[in-house]
Amino acid sequence: MSIDINEIKKAENLVYKKSSVLTDKVMHYCPGCSHGAVNRIMAEVIEELDLQEETIGVTPVGCSVLLYNYIDIDWQEAAHGRAPALATAIKRLRPDKYVVTYQGDGDLAAIGTAETIHACNRGENIIMIFINNGIYGMTGGQMAPTTLEGMKSSTSPFGRDVARDGNPLNMTQIVASLPGTSYVTRQSVHTAAAARKMKRSLKKAFENQKNNKGTSFIEVVSTCSSGWKMTPAQSNKWMVENMFPSYPLGDLKDE
Amino acid sequence: MREVRLMKGNEAIAEAAIRCGVDGYFGYPITPQSEVMETLMDLKPWETTGMEVLQAESEVASINMLYGGAGCGKKVMTSSSSPGISLMQEGLSYLAGAELPCVVVNVVRGGPGLGTIQPSQSDYFQSVRGGGHGDYNTIVLAPSSVQEMSDFVELAFDLAFKYRNPAIILSDGMIGQMMEKVEMKPFKKRWTNEEIEKYCPWATTGKKKDRERNIITSVELDSQVFESFNHKLVAKYRKMEEEEVRFESFQCEDADYIIVAYGSSARICQKSIDILRSKGIKAGLLRPITLFPFPKAELNSIADRVKGMLSVEMSTGQMVEDVRLAVEGKVKVEHFGRVGGMVHSPEEVVEALEQKIIGG
Amino acid sequence: MSEEIIIAGFGGQGVLSMGKILAYSGVMQDMEVSWMPSYGPEMRGGTANVSVILSDNRISSPILKEFDTAIILNQQSMDKFEDAIKPGGLLLYDGNGITRHPERTDIRVYRVDAAAEASKMESSKTFNMIVLGGYLKVKPLVSMENVMTGLKKSLPERHHKLLPLNEKAIIRGTEIVQKIQEV
Repeated sequence: MSIDINEIKKAENLVYKKSSVLTDKVMHYCPGCSHGAVNRIMAEVIEELDLQEETIGVTPVGCSVLLYNYIDIDWQEAAHGRAPALATAIKRLRPDKYVVTYQGDGDLAAIGTAETIHACNRGENIIMIFINNGIYGMTGGQMAPTTLEGMKSSTSPFGRDVARDGNPLNMTQIVASLPGTSYVTRQSVHTAAAARKMKRSLKKAFENQKNNKGTSFIEVVSTCSSGWKMTPAQSNKWMVENMFPSYPLGDLKDE
Repeated sequence: MREVRLMKGNEAIAEAAIRCGVDGYFGYPITPQSEVMETLMDLKPWETTGMEVLQAESEVASINMLYGGAGCGKKVMTSSSSPGISLMQEGLSYLAGAELPCVVVNVVRGGPGLGTIQPSQSDYFQSVRGGGHGDYNTIVLAPSSVQEMSDFVELAFDLAFKYRNPAIILSDGMIGQMMEKVEMKPFKKRWTNEEIEKYCPWATTGKKKDRERNIITSVELDSQVFESFNHKLVAKYRKMEEEEVRFESFQCEDADYIIVAYGSSARICQKSIDILRSKGIKAGLLRPITLFPFPKAELNSIADRVKGMLSVEMSTGQMVEDVRLAVEGKVKVEHFGRVGGMVHSPEEVVEALEQKIIGG
Repeated sequence: MSEEIIIAGFGGQGVLSMGKILAYSGVMQDMEVSWMPSYGPEMRGGTANVSVILSDNRISSPILKEFDTAIILNQQSMDKFEDAIKPGGLLLYDGNGITRHPERTDIRVYRVDAAAEASKMESSKTFNMIVLGGYLKVKPLVSMENVMTGLKKSLPERHHKLLPLNEKAIIRGTEIVQKIQEV
């Protein structure tokens, strides 16, 4: 029996479709990178909550600098590390809008440490998404504040030596201790189940912003196959075995 | 009815900001400009005009808060003094690159480094040459009275929005700290969000169904595209040079000698002119009000009929370079100025003109 | 008319606020005015001074080398500003703590013992207003009515209950100021 392709394409057979909030632009992310999945989840959540007209996003410097090409909302592109400062002003001057920042580990936890901590400590009513892959992806795989002990990078070619290079920084734990944050969670997108959980977290964060609950902070423990010099499958495995023990998944705070 | 008050320059900045409908002020304390934020906090404009006032964690955060607010089409400003303004240069470059309007007040103190808290004009180059990385200019206004501190806030916003470009009010510790009479402007309403959508169709106001998404950014990875963007910026700066030059001249018509001075130095030099005239020396004062764009054409034309010029500034010689460029070698141009927080007296300026220009 | 004044003393003597009240009185009298303080660490103890200009015309330089009047409230200021008074100008000083009295003979010298008087009035805060009264007696450039309005404008509303005491102090100053020398 031959199956007619048009039979398959019937509306009642549709199980998944691209979010209308995603643009048609082809993403520039490397195979196996977590950014694409997180971008898609953002678009889906914005679509499902019907907040396309109400959301203003802030992109960082790093691999996601061109995020504004993929999600069809108004965007501002921030200087390295400064997204929380932009978001602070945007939300305070447009409290009727939803404001989301999206930053990597170098951006949020190194150069932008002050902006991150102070926005969270003031309890700015915004969502902060923190992609933690333990490396500077865009500049070619240098050591990040979150690079694990012994982990190799182009500026720690023999592995991070804590005595020389300092300790990995657990930013999410720090912001969870601040009174301004209401929801602090650590998620991942390496399996369908994890991605679904991440999506529920992001929805909750939007809900929190609607209810003026202060800062919602979502770390996504992520992969960087290119920077880690692994295949996508190896990266996921490596992340589970090495990143998760240092950055365990789950809610750190939910008030 | 006219409302006249005795105010410090810094206080005048704060009052004027509220009155001309500013949406947000983001700042960080530093001497000698802390009265700006102190006055704003005292006046609580969030209860009256709805203006937001926030003490940020640093000057770096302040300037980036301006970026966020300006990106939404809001009228946003900050104030600081020299070391803090240095920290803002990265942000200013991004603001210029993203073509965002905002106002930055610099109440200059002497440098380099932590320097002195006393007045200086040593941030001239930083202000008129862009200050941060990349090819850009900011509009630079130089008030020389407390009244102008007040008036230039609105003017700076008008120019900033007209050109979608940061505007700097380059003051100093003297104008910031002194008190003079100020005629207050009436209150103007802040723009509504609907008005912003009309006047700033580029702003991030939430993507409506009937328009493309708005993106505030300064990044462009295609070099050909970015080259044309650079040219577009330059065309904007040339237009400012054609249309926005502002200056004031005192007794330049019959003058043999010209003193060029801005801001507080110009005030001091007015008295020097009086002294010189009483000695029978025909001297005049040209006061640039806009330092960028600089009154090049006016100086060039004055150079045809005078014997020499003295650039008087509280720096080791910065504006003097622009004066020299403007006069194209037609007359002798020298520099005079006290530095390190010292302020020249009118008499010292007279002596300098006599020695360096008239006698020299 | 143009009057260029330096007021100099210790931080905490009310030098800056006295200058402000004088300047505000000038505003009330429709004069052009400027008030230029020395600012910075001096504010937290040590010497403080402010130059005030009252004029019928637009004021050019707020920075001055010579003054029509010097109001001097401690020895350091006497040493610094006695020579900065224009010939024929006025030096008004409080004798309290002064070890070297004015020596110039080409200036007018008046003395107002405000510190002693303020202690008699049991209010050290009135010190600067007594000095102001003494100055206004010697140079009545602004009317008492405008001084009182200037005082009211300078004081935050929560201090307006102190207005009668300050007025009394100004009047007391006009009464106790003594001529030392005229030229």
